[in-house]
Amino acid sequence: MITASLLVDQFWTFTITGLAQGAIYALVALGYTLVYGVLRLINFAHSEVFMVGTFGALFATRWMGVELGDPTDHGALAVIGFLVVCGLVAMAFSGGTAVALELIAYRPLRRRGAPRLAFLISAIGASFALFEAMAVWQGRNPIPFPRLFEPKELFRFFDASVTQRQVIVVVFAVLMMVALQLFVSKSRLGRGIRATAQDSETARMLGVNTDNTILVTFLLGGIMAGGAALLFLIKDEQTRFNIGFLLGIKAFTAAVLGGIGNLRGALIGGLALGLVENYGAAIFGTQWKDVVAFVVLVVVLMFRPTGLLGEQLGRSRA
Amino acid sequence: MSGVRGAFGGLRQADDARIRGLASVGVRWRALPRPARIAICVAAVAALYLLPLWGSPPLINTPGTDFVDVLATRIAIFVLAAIGLNVVVGQAGLLDLGFVAFYAIGAYTVAVLSAEHGSVPFALAVPVAIAVAMSAGILLGTPTLRLRGDYLAIVTLGFGEIIRIVAVNTDWLGGPRGISNIPKPPNVGPLEFKLLDAKPYYWLALTAIIVVVVFVRRLERSRVGRAWTAIREDEDAAELMGVPTFKFKLWAFAIGAGVGALSGSLYAGRVGFINPGNFPFTLSVLFLAAVVLGGAGNLAGVILGGVVIAYLPERFRGFEDKRFLVFGIALVVMMIFRPQGLIPNRRVAAEMHHAEDNLELANVPGGDLHEPVEGSDDRHDRG
Repeated sequence: MITASLLVDQFWTFTITGLAQGAIYALVALGYTLVYGVLRLINFAHSEVFMVGTFGALFATRWMGVELGDPTDHGALAVIGFLVVCGLVAMAFSGGTAVALELIAYRPLRRRGAPRLAFLISAIGASFALFEAMAVWQGRNPIPFPRLFEPKELFRFFDASVTQRQVIVVVFAVLMMVALQLFVSKSRLGRGIRATAQDSETARMLGVNTDNTILVTFLLGGIMAGGAALLFLIKDEQTRFNIGFLLGIKAFTAAVLGGIGNLRGALIGGLALGLVENYGAAIFGTQWKDVVAFVVLVVVLMFRPTGLLGEQLGRSRA
Repeated sequence: MSGVRGAFGGLRQADDARIRGLASVGVRWRALPRPARIAICVAAVAALYLLPLWGSPPLINTPGTDFVDVLATRIAIFVLAAIGLNVVVGQAGLLDLGFVAFYAIGAYTVAVLSAEHGSVPFALAVPVAIAVAMSAGILLGTPTLRLRGDYLAIVTLGFGEIIRIVAVNTDWLGGPRGISNIPKPPNVGPLEFKLLDAKPYYWLALTAIIVVVVFVRRLERSRVGRAWTAIREDEDAAELMGVPTFKFKLWAFAIGAGVGALSGSLYAGRVGFINPGNFPFTLSVLFLAAVVLGGAGNLAGVILGGVVIAYLPERFRGFEDKRFLVFGIALVVMMIFRPQGLIPNRRVAAEMHHAEDNLELANVPGGDLHEPVEGSDDRHDRG
């Protein structure tokens, strides 16, 4: 059943859920884009970096003794404390996974001058190993994440109700992206990243420690994925060993849509994908959501073969 | 870090020795007189045909599952799909992450024609399935083959997912429950295709593999194959030299799709029941892993890769629920030790060797799929 009336009636509701979903895509997309910008490599295991982050946040709630169920007995300060700790632990888990990936699965291959396809297979192997390890350790069923605060309407935007959850997701995602953009454009390490992205050989000759730079790039991508993991848990309240799979594909799509290798492109691509998906679901039905997303990707690439904003991590001036 | 570097330096030397060892096998093989080579090939093929009669051979058997069934239902199917994908990835250098789409189209065409909406005999449905998949390849390739490298990869990935989602959501295709009662291949003389005896299916698939190998081999050495190599090595240069790159890329896509569909239709004929869950993205990934692990662009390598990728998870059944964990680790380790593939394409191996000499200067990947990682001065010309 194709109908536009649902979309017309609840346009702003779909827009707001789309933006919240898109913000998470964008954060994960940053990880693909950073690594791609520097190494020209699709880090296929990045979806597992995100997945490990969700489990990091989950373990954090267990260590702090947060119970499933009624969230009303936590005060506002306690909730903020829980969120901060969960976020930091998720980032640590994700960042650590990303760094381990680089050290175990990619760096040895670079040392031996492997063809690009070999990196892809190594990434796929690492991805299998990571989610299967998690499945063996934590089981294959969805695991609920405790609700830290009750969602309630914060304000109304036209006819749509906006919950504080959605505001937290979008605001936090944007803040992280701004921080990343500042880091890459202003700091010394960020300059190293841009130099390596632009021309690794010359960067190396000019004294950039490209190995360390690459490691930092993976770490940054991991931290972003960790942030995304917490936001995802706040929004969807559960995780699973294979949670990264679909989200990873979507985030990668978002990165390509915006122009892979381009930080602002990841933001635009993520938000655009989130919106398109939700509008598509409203018109064609939820089961066609992913088809709509991929068709839009193909159409965009036909007219703009390097994405909406083009590739440019290396070329972004500072 | 110097310790790590030293350790890998040692590995590199050992690896060099192995590459040379393997290369000398290749040299010796090519130095053999033609009759001797033919005799060895015939003997090898005969051995492959006789293999299932052995029942459960030592060392290579599969604990907990019927070895002949693994041969027929997994290994032969995988090898065939890997040969098809190799035309696209290994020969023409186009990264396809949604190859399962063509495999699924093959299986579904056979199922729809012979079970769900008709009673076309299996032997007739298979050529139709191949034709449908080739058309799908051209349909997908026409708008997208102008994209390069990783952009093509994501579009093909999307295509694979679209095919699966369409299968789930279309009642005409059986929806999530799939299609059952797909007829068996027709009996030939004394060969009867029954549910329990996997041998005839293995022989059928092996025959299909041999026909496809001969076909692909002839193509590889024709004008088409040389055009593919030229496109793979440098598309712009090929275009400048007068190779109609778009046309040949489309051919690679279509032929790869046809072989994938053949594999899928044999699978449908073997299992007799398919549903969308049989065609996940993971399967695309595993096909690709077979191609790259074996040595993209080298037929013998790709066949070996298909065997290894299909066989290992069965072999690892002893690890029970940890078998895919072990499989993933095995993939990473194999790539670290043999990044150029188990039996590398000669050209790729030679280039890699060259790259290793320049390693200290160059270890950031860039450029084309099969290019060894060197500094990548061509990377910004592509915007």
